[in-house]
Amino acid sequence: MSRERAMVPDAEFRSYYGQPIIKDPLWHEPHMPVYLYLGGLSGASSLLAAGCELTGRDRLAAPAKIAAAVAGSAGAAFLVAELGRPERFLNMLRVFKPTSPMSVGSWILAAQSGLAAVAAGSAVTGLLPAVGRAAGLATGVTGPMMATYTAVLVSDTAVPSWHAGHRELAFLFAGSALASAGAVAMVAAPHREAGPARRMAVIGAAVETVASEVLERRLGILSEPYREGSAGRLMRAARVLTVTGGALAAVSGLTRWRTPSVLSAAALTAGSLCARFGVLRAGRASAADPKYTVVPQRERVAARERNRAGG
Amino acid sequence: MSERVGFFTDTSVCIGCKACEVACKEWNDVPDDGFVFRATSYDNTGGLGASTWRHVAFIEDFTERGDRWLMSSDVCKHCTHAACLDVCPTGALFRTEFDTIVVQADICNGCGYCVPACPYGVIDRREDDGRAWKCTLCYDRLRDGLEPACAKACPTDSIQFGPLEELRERAAERLATLHEAGVAEARLYGERPDDGVGGDGAFFLLLDEPEVYGLPPDPVVTTRDLPSMWLWAGAAAVSMAAACFGAFARGPRR
Repeated sequence: MSRERAMVPDAEFRSYYGQPIIKDPLWHEPHMPVYLYLGGLSGASSLLAAGCELTGRDRLAAPAKIAAAVAGSAGAAFLVAELGRPERFLNMLRVFKPTSPMSVGSWILAAQSGLAAVAAGSAVTGLLPAVGRAAGLATGVTGPMMATYTAVLVSDTAVPSWHAGHRELAFLFAGSALASAGAVAMVAAPHREAGPARRMAVIGAAVETVASEVLERRLGILSEPYREGSAGRLMRAARVLTVTGGALAAVSGLTRWRTPSVLSAAALTAGSLCARFGVLRAGRASAADPKYTVVPQRERVAARERNRAGG
Repeated sequence: MSERVGFFTDTSVCIGCKACEVACKEWNDVPDDGFVFRATSYDNTGGLGASTWRHVAFIEDFTERGDRWLMSSDVCKHCTHAACLDVCPTGALFRTEFDTIVVQADICNGCGYCVPACPYGVIDRREDDGRAWKCTLCYDRLRDGLEPACAKACPTDSIQFGPLEELRERAAERLATLHEAGVAEARLYGERPDDGVGGDGAFFLLLDEPEVYGLPPDPVVTTRDLPSMWLWAGAAAVSMAAACFGAFARGPRR
């Protein structure tokens, strides 16, 4: 560690009394990271449910549908609670703005949570099976959008470590969503029926792990906030939990005991939550230190000047 | 559509009187922004925010070349490509007939998305009120043919208001004059229509690097990369579907 420090000296930069240049993202804990988790859970659960629908696995489909509906509605509640004027939440749907990921996301969330509620309601009550099936299949489309739009939501800001990490965050959130949905379905469905959920959890854990590795290495100075402080601790905890959970999920199908499944689900859920909290804190840290705003922008200016001089 | 108007803030003649801060508060009925001794020269508002729409920065600069006291009145830049406006999900933020950016207080639901979107850290949410606020470039005064309160109150014409094209010409002349007079460190900031935000409606003449005044050296509107962001999110969404397909691929059951 100390050798690394010596080789990469702290970047020099100037600032106004060390004050941040951009504003701190207002999003609070636990609302925002829990919303990110629930959105992912809802979206990937819908995908799992749609897969079950197409392959005739009702006993795995039912818990996935319920998870999609409950997580979707709970996520919406967290989002409304985040507003400065919660009573005006419907203003989100007064326009559709492609330039605003939050506007696009509000429409995706409305569609996803509405359709998921219909699908789950039909599955639980047995009413309107054709409508429930159609809604369930539709969430197979809105679900992945729900799970990944949130990466665009955080990236489309001036927050340096979010903006620069938009590629990695999309896959981190996608993997995290698959892992958390696999985790819930794995324990909610009968053990013998849970094969696809287990495999989804394993794939998700792998994608989440690789994406967070890349995020913590490939952004140069802007990777620092993902490695340092409380964000770094959360990201490391997420890594350990996700790898452990993924490994447990892989072996849980080989045994008739439920214990490995339950432990895997707990680890994957905790890992997914830690990753979301870690991403929020890393973004905040990158907004709070003017270094992360000034140094990359200075490098950009210098590169432009070199180009101009050279070409 | 009227002509595009804006501010040219010439910090070389700013005397740090804060008349702009006071005039802005008085005219726009902006609540107090805290009474804090910050020990940062004469600056006790710190930066722009929900209840600070003009902010005078004070930099006491003691170097071998001599002592300087830099002062600069900062304000919303009313960007050509405004991130706050782009990301606002309710349409509360809009572009006026004067090409300025204004929040409609009766629409804003306080989602706060504009706050981290602004590359200059201008707009913020008033926590007791729940909505986002920033400089309106005195939209009400403009509609009555008056200049904004801060420019009106500025005793040295450090804050100049007018049609943007005219201000750019005036700024270029002022820069040339200063350079001739040997003030080599004078530079314009935010005046170029080809910068990352398409040029600022409120631009500056500075006497040091922008970051010394708390301004980003090379701001870019975040939505410039939005197509790429959606592309990557789309790829991740498709990968999720592929992963799900893979999860079901093995065997009929189990």
